[in-house]
Amino acid sequence: MTTSRAFDEARGSRVRWWVLGGVSVVVVGLLGLALGPAGPAWWRVPLAVLDRVPLVSIDSGVTDAQWNIVWQIRAPRVVLAALIGAMLSLAGASYQGVFRNPLVDPYLLGVAAGAGLGATVAFSVARGTTSTWPVDPVPLAAFAGGVVAVALTYTVGTAFGRSRSATTLVLAGVAVTSLATAVQTFVLQRNNDVVRQVYSWILGRLTSATWGDVRLVIPYVLVSSIILLMYRRVIDVLRVGDDEARALGVNVNRVRVVVVLAATLGTSAAVAVSGLIGFVGIIVPHAIRLLMGSSNRVVLPLSMFAGSAFLIAADIPGRLLTSPSETPIGVVTAFFGAPFFLFLLRTREARQ
Amino acid sequence: MTSLVLRQVRVEYGGCAVVSSVDESLAAGEWLCLIGPNGAGKSSLLRAVAGLVEYSGEIAFDGVALDALSARELARKVAFVPQNPLLPDDMSVSEYVMLGRNPYISTFGRESVRDRGVVTALVEELSLSVYARRPLGTLSGGERQRVVIARALAQEAPVLLLDEPTSALDLGHQQHALELVDQLRRRRNLVVVSAMHDLTLAGLYSDRLLLLHQGVGVARGRAQDVLRSETLDEFYGVSARVIHEGDGTVVVVPQRSHGES
Repeated sequence: MTTSRAFDEARGSRVRWWVLGGVSVVVVGLLGLALGPAGPAWWRVPLAVLDRVPLVSIDSGVTDAQWNIVWQIRAPRVVLAALIGAMLSLAGASYQGVFRNPLVDPYLLGVAAGAGLGATVAFSVARGTTSTWPVDPVPLAAFAGGVVAVALTYTVGTAFGRSRSATTLVLAGVAVTSLATAVQTFVLQRNNDVVRQVYSWILGRLTSATWGDVRLVIPYVLVSSIILLMYRRVIDVLRVGDDEARALGVNVNRVRVVVVLAATLGTSAAVAVSGLIGFVGIIVPHAIRLLMGSSNRVVLPLSMFAGSAFLIAADIPGRLLTSPSETPIGVVTAFFGAPFFLFLLRTREARQ
Repeated sequence: MTSLVLRQVRVEYGGCAVVSSVDESLAAGEWLCLIGPNGAGKSSLLRAVAGLVEYSGEIAFDGVALDALSARELARKVAFVPQNPLLPDDMSVSEYVMLGRNPYISTFGRESVRDRGVVTALVEELSLSVYARRPLGTLSGGERQRVVIARALAQEAPVLLLDEPTSALDLGHQQHALELVDQLRRRRNLVVVSAMHDLTLAGLYSDRLLLLHQGVGVARGRAQDVLRSETLDEFYGVSARVIHEGDGTVVVVPQRSHGES
C-alpha cells in the first residue's frame, strides 16, 4: 500500500513542479517584455499582451509604436532567451546524465570551440565573399563549425577500440577543442581588426535577436528536446552504472550516442544564434538537483523550465544596467549564477 | 528438466583465457555455487552468463542461446547482482526496485500498473515497505543487499546470478541474505548461480559446488565431495581442517600451518 502510494505522491509532486515551472516561465517572460530602456510603462505591457489574446479586449493605453518595440525588439529576445536557456540546460543535464559526471557541460565535445572557429572565419577571412549574402553568415558558420567539431570528436573518439568508451570520447573532445582554439587564435592574429567582434560574440549576446533567429533555432531545439525528453527514463537507469544498466536491458552505447548527438545538435543551433552563453548548462541542472534530487526523470524537464526562466531573467539586467551599450549576457549569467550556486550548495550542506 | 546449460564456455581478456572449457547444466530451482581462489574466473563466468563480457562456447536457457537475445530479452531471462552495486544515494528504495522493471517498459514508455504491482509486492515480500521512500544512501549494509536482491527479482527472470552476495555483511546478515535467496528460489523455482568466498556458507546453502582454478572447473559436486582438505590445499594453497557433520554439513576451519612449532 505505502509503496504504491509513494509512486502516486511522486507523480503528484512532479505535476505540481511542472505547473510551477511553466508559470514561472510565463511570469518572467512577461517581465522580460515589460522592462527595457524605451517603450511603454512596464505595467501596461501585460495588459497589452492580454488585449492581443482572442476574445479579450482591454484598453491598455499602449500605442502602436510602443507595441512595435515590445513585439519586434523585446519579444524575439524573450522567446530566444527562453529557447536557448531551455536547450542549454536540457543538453547539460542530459550530458551529465549519460556521462554520470556532474561537471560536464554542453560544450564538452568541442561544440563551443568549433562554433567559435566558424564564427571567427565568418567575421574575418570569409568576410569578403559573404558580405553580399542575404542572410547573416555568422550563425551558419558557427553552426557548421560546431557540428564539424563534434563529428570530428566522435570519429576520433570511436575510431580506437570497439568499446566507444565515454572517457575516450571526452578526451577526444578536449583534443578537438584545443585544435579548434589554436586555429581560431591563428586566424585572429592575422586579422586583428575583428578581435572585438569575435570577443563580443564569444561572450554571448541576445541583443540583436530577431524573429528570424527564433525561426532558425526552433526546429533544432524542438527535435533535440523531444529526443532528450523521451530518453529521460532510460538516462535515469544509467545512474546505476554502465554494467548494471546493461544487465537491466539498456543498450548503453546506443543510448549514449543518440543522447549526445541530440544534445549536440540543439547546442550547436543555440550557440549559432547566441554565441557562447556559459554557465547555464551546468548551473541550472545542478540547482534543480539540489532542490529536487537527482532523478533524471525530474531533472531533465524541470531544467528546461528553470533554464528558460533563468536566461530570460539574466537578459533583463543587461539591458537596464549599462544602457545604451549592453552588458553581454554571458557576463550576467556568470555574475549572478556563481553566487547563487554557492548559496544553494551552502544551504544544502547546512541541511545535511 | 535442464534449463541453464553452459557448453565449453571460454572468456578471454586480451588474448588471455580467464575461463575455459566450463560445462555445466542446471535445472530450475537448483543453486550452484562457484568457489575458487581470487582470480579463478568466478566473476568472469557470471558476467558471461549475464551478457556483460564476450565469450565463446554456448550458454543457453531452455534451449535458447543467450547471445542471440537482445539486451532487453536477456534481462528478462537473467538477473545479475554485482559484487559492489552502485546505489545512487538519493534514489528511493521503490524507485530503485522499479529499475528492475526496465526490460518490460518500452524505451520511451512509462511503467504500467502491472510494473507497479510487481514492485509493490516485492517490496512487501522482502519486508522493505517501511523503507519504500527512504533514499538508498541512508540504508545499512544488510538493507542495501535486500534492496539489490529486490531489484534483481523485479526482472522476473528465471535465472539469478549473485557475485559475492555476502562479502559486505556480518555473520547474521550473511545468513539472512542467503536464507532469503534460498526461500525465493524455492518459491519461484529459480536457477541460482552465485560466486562465494565463504566455503562453509557455500556448502550449506547451495545444491552443488563448482571449484574453479585458473578458469577451469577442477572439482564439482556436493559439498561433502568437493570440500576436502587435500583439494583446498592444492587449489587455495591453504591448510584447512574440513569437518563433516553427521547431517551432511561441511565446515571449513582454517588452521595455522606453521604456528605450532
